[in-house]
Amino acid sequence: MCLSVPAEVAKILPDDMAIVSIDGISKEISIALIDDLAVGDYVLVHVGYALARIDPAEAERTLQLLQELGSEGQDLQS
Amino acid sequence: MKYADEFRDKTIARGLARAIGAEAESQSEYRFMEFCGGHTHAISRYGLEDMLPANVRMIHGPGCPVCVLPASRIDMAIRLAERPEVTLCVYGDLMRVPGSQGKSLLTAKAFGADIRMVYSTLDAIRIAEQAPNREVVFFAIGFETTTPPTAVMIRLAEKKWLKSFSVFCNHVLTPSAMHSILESPDIRNIGRVEVDGFLGPAHVSAIIGTEPYEVLAQQFGKPIVIAGFEPLDMMQAILMLVRQVNEGRHEVENQYSRAVTRKGNRRAQEEVSDIFELRDQFEWRGLGLVPHSGLKLKQAYAQFDAEMRFAMHEVRVADNPACECGAILRGVKRPVDCELFGTVCTPEIPTGSCMVSSEGACAAHWTYGRFRDYQLRRA
Ligand code: SF4
Repeated sequence: MCLSVPAEVAKILPDDMAIVSIDGISKEISIALIDDLAVGDYVLVHVGYALARIDPAEAERTLQLLQELGSEGQDLQS
Repeated sequence: MKYADEFRDKTIARGLARAIGAEAESQSEYRFMEFCGGHTHAISRYGLEDMLPANVRMIHGPGCPVCVLPASRIDMAIRLAERPEVTLCVYGDLMRVPGSQGKSLLTAKAFGADIRMVYSTLDAIRIAEQAPNREVVFFAIGFETTTPPTAVMIRLAEKKWLKSFSVFCNHVLTPSAMHSILESPDIRNIGRVEVDGFLGPAHVSAIIGTEPYEVLAQQFGKPIVIAGFEPLDMMQAILMLVRQVNEGRHEVENQYSRAVTRKGNRRAQEEVSDIFELRDQFEWRGLGLVPHSGLKLKQAYAQFDAEMRFAMHEVRVADNPACECGAILRGVKRPVDCELFGTVCTPEIPTGSCMVSSEGACAAHWTYGRFRDYQLRRA
């Protein structure tokens, strides 16, 4: 039940609703819990609601850090 | 899937595993509890335990809202659904959870109760709008992640003047449960929980932020790292926990910074605090009565409170004594330590709630972990 997925906002609808795309599949969800969403933003979707906005810069930073940590680990082996 | 697949890279995962292996000191033991059912599920699904060195162990905590719901609340929901005027809307996970007599919402439905599975609280609103002559009740359950959607639903019901709509509220709070795991009178009976750190919940934290954990980390001297649900997120968080333990630190760190901030989602928090207030105590399966750990509707929304509307009473019931859910939820025992595991109790016919939800420790182990046990035995 706690599983949620990242989705891209494809269209903002009236009444705090939006169409998001999850791996190419469209879904109508509520965006009542997030302010100022725009098309192209990524959100976490859980039980039909956007719960949080995904910050692309932070995602990039985490990925970079993971690459570094991962390759440090690789070096340990060799 | 963007923001998911990149965090599943096998090569990086192996590198991280080696880094953990190199940094975990061989003479020490590291026992980390993942609080959240989403983590439990992912750990089993991606076989993360196999990548960790033997002295780094994951303990599956109570972070699945279905698993911690006591049988008495299921009984209440069944009694409610059996009233001829009521339509009960529930999240699918709840349908097979056994109540005290082995009866579930699914069996009640088979006997004619009007129970509808919903995916979202918005579905419940739609059902209520379409059936103005029925008493439509939403069985609300979940941690801080599912509470804001319930709040939005109540606001909508008010706006739409839904006069025969109400909510059976079972929302619970994560920090109070973490507190109760570390410090509660029950520990004497079940055995002390040995935890060296916590993998903090991902999406709960997206709502409440990292700040509420700070006092826990301080008070109990345990490091807490908020972690995303993808395998690399968890491996990185475990490495961060190992480092904290090695350095004797006990801080709250945030691995999941792409979705979690220190203050969390303010708008969601406001929705929740407008509509709900704390209960003095709430029963958790396996943890007993936990003070200030559950929510109920505020007086101003009493008309939407199914417990008031239908004068529902809770009758506490003892769990099946053979079911070890209580000890498993606290990380004192593992699913295989339960003699019912895989014999009497399977996902098809679950005895305890840990077997019902795919996020429960027993179900996760049944689905993904048995093969691993088999291989270990053969090795
Ligand atoms: S195997 Fe079944 S009975 Fe045993 S602890 Fe798990 S859920 Fe409870």
